[in-house]
This record gives sequence, structure tokens and C-alpha cells, in this order.
Amino acid sequence: MELDTALLSRMQFAFTVSFHIIFPSITIGLATLIAIWEGLWLKTHNPRYLQLAKFWIKPFAITFGMGVVSGIVLSYEFGTNFSKFSDIVGPVLGPLMAYEVLTAFFLEAGFLGVMLFGWQRVGRKVHFFSTVIVAIGTWISAFWIIVANSWMQTPQGYTIVDGQFHVADWFEVIFNPSMPYRFTHMLLASFITATFVVAGVCAYYLRKKQHVDFAKKGLSMTMWIALVLTPLQAFIGDQHGLAVKEYQPTKLAAMEGIWPAQEENVPLLLFAMPNMETESNDYEVGIPHLGSLILTHSMDGAVQGLKAVPPEDRPNVPMVFWSFRVMVGLGVGMIGLAVLALWLRKRGTLFQNKFFLTSLMLFTPSGVISVLAGWYVVEIGRQPWLVYNLVRTSEVVSPLPAERVLFTLIGFVVIYSLLFGVYLYFMRKLIKKGPPSMANLEQQLVGMKAPGYALAWVKNLKHEDGEK
Amino acid sequence: MDLILFYFLLLGFAVLMYVLLDGFDLGVGILYPWFDREGERDHLMRSISHVWDGNETWLVFGGVVLFAAFPAAYAGILSTFYLPIILMLFALIFRGVAFEYRFKAHRSRPYWDLAFSAGSATAAFCQGLILGSIVQGVNAEQIADVSWYWLSPFAILTGFSVMAGYALLGSCYLYMKSRDRIQQHAAHLAKRLIVLVMLAMVTVSLWTVMSSDDIRERWFSGMNFIYLSPLPILSALFAWFAWRGLHNTDHEARPFWFAAAIFLLGFSGLVVSLFPYLLPNQLTIWDAASPDTSLSFLLVGIVIFVPLILAYTLWGYRVFAGKVEDYQEGY
Ligand code: HDD
Ligand code: HEM
Ligand code: HEM
Repeated sequence: MELDTALLSRMQFAFTVSFHIIFPSITIGLATLIAIWEGLWLKTHNPRYLQLAKFWIKPFAITFGMGVVSGIVLSYEFGTNFSKFSDIVGPVLGPLMAYEVLTAFFLEAGFLGVMLFGWQRVGRKVHFFSTVIVAIGTWISAFWIIVANSWMQTPQGYTIVDGQFHVADWFEVIFNPSMPYRFTHMLLASFITATFVVAGVCAYYLRKKQHVDFAKKGLSMTMWIALVLTPLQAFIGDQHGLAVKEYQPTKLAAMEGIWPAQEENVPLLLFAMPNMETESNDYEVGIPHLGSLILTHSMDGAVQGLKAVPPEDRPNVPMVFWSFRVMVGLGVGMIGLAVLALWLRKRGTLFQNKFFLTSLMLFTPSGVISVLAGWYVVEIGRQPWLVYNLVRTSEVVSPLPAERVLFTLIGFVVIYSLLFGVYLYFMRKLIKKGPPSMANLEQQLVGMKAPGYALAWVKNLKHEDGEK
Repeated sequence: MDLILFYFLLLGFAVLMYVLLDGFDLGVGILYPWFDREGERDHLMRSISHVWDGNETWLVFGGVVLFAAFPAAYAGILSTFYLPIILMLFALIFRGVAFEYRFKAHRSRPYWDLAFSAGSATAAFCQGLILGSIVQGVNAEQIADVSWYWLSPFAILTGFSVMAGYALLGSCYLYMKSRDRIQQHAAHLAKRLIVLVMLAMVTVSLWTVMSSDDIRERWFSGMNFIYLSPLPILSALFAWFAWRGLHNTDHEARPFWFAAAIFLLGFSGLVVSLFPYLLPNQLTIWDAASPDTSLSFLLVGIVIFVPLILAYTLWGYRVFAGKVEDYQEGY
């Protein structure tokens, strides 16, 4: 088989960026949760919150480390594998990414040291401040990189001079039409991801009857958060879809599996095997008119289909179609669990119901999977374009011999698989080890000169947790 | 001032900050095999685990400044040196995760020790290799046909030189941050490294001057050599001061600052040799520069944020000032 540099470079980029996003989607949400717990602790002096913060900071640290090392790869990969692309869009994307480094990466790195290692070196307030800054840093970082990506999806505010994109209006570049939706949807996605990771671990402790009071606190909090965020996410996602319909109709057609150039009765497909050869769906099962209703808010609203553009301008339909269903399916599942939690809470069996707890355990990675699926919809749905309707992916790869890219791709696959195994191993180890004991926290509180009633509270909790 | 020139200086500043900061923590990794007594490695790791991430961010910053201000150079350099760059990234991955996993590991600890030291050494070597290849220049045909064009004898020499330089910074850092045996051992290593670094600087300089007419011209034509003579003279002087500092435990930070000053001088020499090229004889800063709209947009951010970054980075170092303590600190 002839090796194709363009294809290999795309595979390498897709693989490395997919690996990277696993970690930010956890750290953005987890940093925020840890900041909330630490804040609650400072406010109420309830050591339970300190215990939550102190426990989750360890998984956070290793996840963050993985995010950093895999992110550095990406910032260089634009140049190594997509050199022509870097050259022509550098004036637009370069400054955006430079702002990300200036306003986010340095901030995160600068305060992370204090957040992780500074407990005994700075006061409680300064420590809390550092944690908050790290959390905000992760949001800012998400903002800039999403701006960059959204500009590639819905470009505006540029002029083309000698084949290079120059910026005519930075405001238009940054506030491009898809950015607000994508940023909100992604930030919520990260909060949800972390929420379900925490909830899954708490559910595990409850099933095992370990660290029960600790787990109850965590579970109860995360289920309230999920109850608010998951329906909100579905709403934002719906709005996001309407924006896609307007700006990237071909992508929308792939998400919904619509083939005719113009379709008036769009069904909502529950199952189908989109077939790129026959240009139709096999084994289609759908609810008539519901698609039109959702997309246009009228029974017979017309939607543009895939055949409106020539085959070489269409993305890989089955991948987009199925990724979309995975994301939405898991999203609906999460809403279901959050509502179930509310119902069980009313009945007073939130912490005992076996079905619920087991489902939560299974949903631990659901956020990460939805995030990946969501990005596949966005990115694969955009193909064959890199900058939508302007730059074709296949035309801007670096002129490298294919063997060289194959060699590094294999390297990435081997190294990342190894590291991912190690990551899971240590996560398991930290979870097995459980939260720091109240006795341990007591010592630290003395070191931090905590007020007397906080210490009394620890003694109380120590008793409750059955420690001596 | 000309914006393009400003960005060239900024790029130089970013590279220099990276080389000094990540230089010392990569250097600690390079010296790791020489510290193998009980508890010494914990100590070495602990001396840098709160700063390495911030230090490495300067590498990312250098990369994106190049991307934003000189996109053609970013594209050209990174795709030209594809293999050594990816190899450097692999090495940085291994050493980066070692910080997190080593302290949590038991049986696998020797592997993380290896990942950390080999990763640090390889990353430093690759950086030297890339630097050497850039100085030497490559031609376009080689890139497409020969996969090992960047592995010339000169580039290998610069690779080892950078390793020695980083190790020197690392040993001076340890001299400042530790006590007793580790400190003495660091001083002992630092002295050897001073000699090694001086030798490397002389060899690399002579080799460059001999092999490139343009560079020879720049250093020796007219009065230039007189104007430029402070560079070598001061380097030698600072090396001597650093050496003296290693005998005087009243000023434990001194050797580190002198070693840093030597780096600064070496780096200035490099700029003198290459300016205004980003890739010798191929791409000048003016050919590669972004349009004004991009440069001035980013300028605002740089003017506001770079001073802020320097301020809180300094604060971070102050929080952890003083010797590394042996008790387990942290989260
Ligand atoms: C929505 C969030 C998001 C997305 C889509 C991306 N990243 Fe990321 N990235 C982060 C959110 C993030 C973060 C939360 O800020 C990280 C994760 C953990 C961390 O250390 O910071 C990070 C780390 C991180 C780092 C290391 C920063 C450091 O040294 O501290 C780099 C260089 C990048 N990323 C670069 C990229 C590039 C080039 C991307 C696109 C192709 C990308 N990231 C996608
Ligand atoms: C972090 C979540 C992301 C994921 C999971 C992701 C996933 C992917 C995937 C799967 C592809 C391959 C599409 C194909 O070739 O069929 C791709 C391509 C690409 N993406 Fe993303 N992406 C993400 C974020 C971003 C961001 C934030 C940017 C830019 C700022 C970006 C820039 C690109 C580029 C330049 C390509 C072209 C290379 C290619 O076609 O493979 N991506 N991405
Ligand atoms: C339940 C209903 C949901 C709907 C209707 C929905 C809708 C969408 C749509 C239309 C897109 C694609 C936008 C584009 O191609 O430009 C998208 C992308 C995405 N989705 Fe969802 N989504 C839902 C749930 C979720 C959940 C639960 C998560 C994760 C926890 C998630 C994470 C993502 C991510 C990370 C992206 C890519 C980035 C972005 O465009 O924001 N989604 N979603």
C-alpha cells in the first residue's frame, strides 16, 4: 500500500489531540470543584470540605501533568506536520495561541506550584487564591484555544494577501459566530466530566461501604451540580446545532444523516447506517417530522442535505453521524441519572440504591467519552476543510516523506498507550488508598493554625468516621 | 522601534529564559545518575518539582511567538527538523510525567528514575542538535531525501555542549538549594563542568568561524573583533568567578548567576553570528514576519502580561526560597 503523508499526518494529529483533550476536560472541571471545596472550607471550617479538596488534588495533579506534556506536543505539531497551514494562518492563529500562553499557561503553571506544594508555605487565604487562579487559568486557556478552533470553523474578519490570511478585524476573528456556543458547551462539558468522575468514585466507596461519610458529601454535591448542568448542556447543545445548520449545513446534514439536496420532512433518526457509496442510509429507523421540528421548529421545515455539495466536499458521514449519537445518548443518560438522583433523594435512598450507584460507577468515564465524541463531530464534520470552505486539509500538510511520519505516529501510539495505562494504574491506586484520615487532617490543621472550633469539628468527625 | 526587530528581541528573550530556567531543571536531570545515595534523588526531584512546569512554559511561549510573529520560520524550522523535534517532545513527555509518578510509585521507581534522567539528557541533546543544525544550515534537497541530514558531527558536538551547559546550571542550582553532602558533591561536579563548558564554547566557536565565511567575516572584518572581544573575555572571567564562588558558602547563589551570565554571553555570540537570519542564508526575520495587524495586536498583550508573568514567577520562587527541606512537603 502506498503510504500517504497527508493521511498519516492527519491520523497523528487526531490521535495526539484526542489524547490531550482527555486530560483538560477533567482538570478544568476538577480545578473548579477543588476551588469550591477549599472556599467552602474557609467559609464554614467544616473539615469535610478540606478532606474533599485534599483527596482530589492528587488525581488532579497527575491529570494536569498528563495535560501539560501532551499539550506541548500539540503546540509544535502545527509546524511539524502542517507547515503550509502554519505559514498561511500564522498571522491569525499565532497571536491567539500566544495570548493563551500569556494569559493562561503561565498563570496555571505559576500558581500550580503553590497550590500543590505550598500548603505549609503560605497562609490559607493565599493558598485558596492560588487554587482559584489555577482554575480560572484553565478556563482562560479553554477560551483562547476554542477561539482559534472556532475561527477555523466559521472564519470571518480576514483578508487574503498573497495566499496568506491577514486579519482585518480582531474583534470579528475572536467573536466569530460559533465561538460563544462552542466555548459555553465545552466549559460545561468539562464541569460535567469532572462531576461524573467524582460522583463515580463516591458511588464506588458507597458500594464498598468505605469512607461512607466522605462519599455521601461528595455524591450529594455532585448530583445537585449535575441536575443543573446536564439539562443546561442539552439546551446549549441544541442552540449550537442551530448555529451549525446556519454556518456549516453540510456538517449538520452528516450529523443527521440527511442525503437529499433539500429535505422537507426530516425524520429524527434513531438508527441508520449512512452509506457514502449509495448516498443513502441503510436500515433506517426514525421518527418522521421530528427532525424538522427540532431543527427548524416547524413540522415541514426544509433542511439542506449532503447531495447539495459534490462528494469530494463531504465529510465521512458515518463517523459524524455516530459520534453525534454517542454524545447525545450519553447526555440524555446523564440527565436521566441526575433526575433519578433527585427522586431517590426525596425518598431518602440516594446513598443505598444499588442500581443507581452501579450506574454512576459505569458513568465515570461518560464525560470523557462525550467530549471526544463531540469533538469528532466538530472536527471530522468540518473535513475536507481545515478552514471552512477556504483551506483544504490535504493541501497544507508538510512535504515530509511518509515513512518519517509513520515512524513518529507509531512512536506516539506506543508511548501514549503506555502512559495511559500508567495513568489509569495510578488513578486506581489513589482511589484505593482513599481520602486522608481526619487524624491526618487534624495535624495539618494545627500546622495551618486553624481556629479552635475547626479543630473541635475534626475531632467530632473523627469519631463519626469511626477513627480512633 | 521597528516592530519586527522587537519581536526578534522578544524571541531571543523567550529562548534565553527557557534556556536558563528549564536549563537548570533539565541539568538536574542530567546529573541525576551521579546522585544515587539514599534520599539524594528524592531531594533532587523535590528541588525542582514545583517549578519545572513554569519553566517549560517558556518553551511553549518561544514556539508560539515564532508562530505568531514569524509563521514562515515556524513552519520551515519545525518541519525541517521534524525528527529531532519529535524526539525532543518524546523525551520531555517522559521526564515530565516522572515528576508525578515517581513519588507515588514503589516497585516501578527505578523506571521513573530512568525516564527522568534519560528524558532530561535526550531533550537537552536534541535542543543542542537542532541549534547546531540551524547554525550550520541545511539545504532543501537534503530534507526531502535524507532522513539523517541533521545528524552532522557539528550538530552532535553542539548537542553535547548544550547538555554540559545545562548540567552546569543544574549543579550550581543544587549548590544553592542543598546542604552537606549533596552540596559538596554538586560543587565538585560544577567545577568539572565549568572546564567542560569552556572547552565546548571554544571548540564550537572555532568550528563555526572556520566553516562559515559569512560568520568569519562578521567576527573578524575591520574593527569588529575588538568590539566583540568582550564576549569571550567576559565569559572566561565569569567562569573564573563561578569557580571561586564554589569555594565560598557565604554566597551560595553566586555560581548560578555567573553560569547564567556565561549563557547570556554565549547566546549573544550566537545572535551576532546569525542576525538577521532565522534560517541561515534562507530566511531573514523580514521575510518571515507576520503583517503589522498581527504584530501590533499581540504587542498589547506582551506589554501587559510579560511583566506580570515575571512578577508572579518571581513570587513563586520566593515562596519556595531557601534550602530544600527533607520532610515530605506538599499535597
Ligand atoms: C478546552 C480545553 C482545551 C483544548 C481544546 C486544548 N487544550 Fe491544551 N490545555 C488545556 C485546555 C485545552 C488546559 C486545561 O489549559 C491544560 C490541560 C492541563 C493543563 O496543564 O493545562 C492544557 C495544556 C496545554 C499545554 C501545556 C501548557 C503548559 O505548559 O502549562 C499546551 C502547550 C497546550 N495545551 C496546547 C494545546 C493545543 C495546541 C491545542 C489544540 C490543538 C489544545 N491545547 C487543545
Ligand atoms: C481538543 C479537542 C479536539 C479533538 C478531540 C480534535 C479532534 C480532531 C480530529 C479527530 C481530527 C481529524 C479529522 C480528520 O482528519 O478527519 C482533527 C483535525 C484537526 N484539528 Fe482538531 N480536535 C480538537 C481540538 C482542536 C483545536 C482546539 C484545534 C485548533 C486550534 C484543532 C485543529 C485541528 C487541525 C489543524 C486539524 C487538521 C488535521 C487533520 O485534519 O487531521 N483541533 N481534530
Ligand atoms: C444532550 C444533548 C447535547 C446536544 C444536543 C449537543 C449538541 C452538540 C452539537 C450540535 C455539537 C457540534 C457543534 C459543531 O459541530 O460545531 C456539539 C459538540 C460538542 N459536544 Fe455536545 N451536545 C449534547 C451533550 C453533550 C454532553 C453531555 C457533552 C459532554 C459532557 C458534550 C460535549 C461536546 C463537546 C466537547 C463538543 C465539541 C466542542 C464544541 O463544539 O463545543 N455534549 N454538541
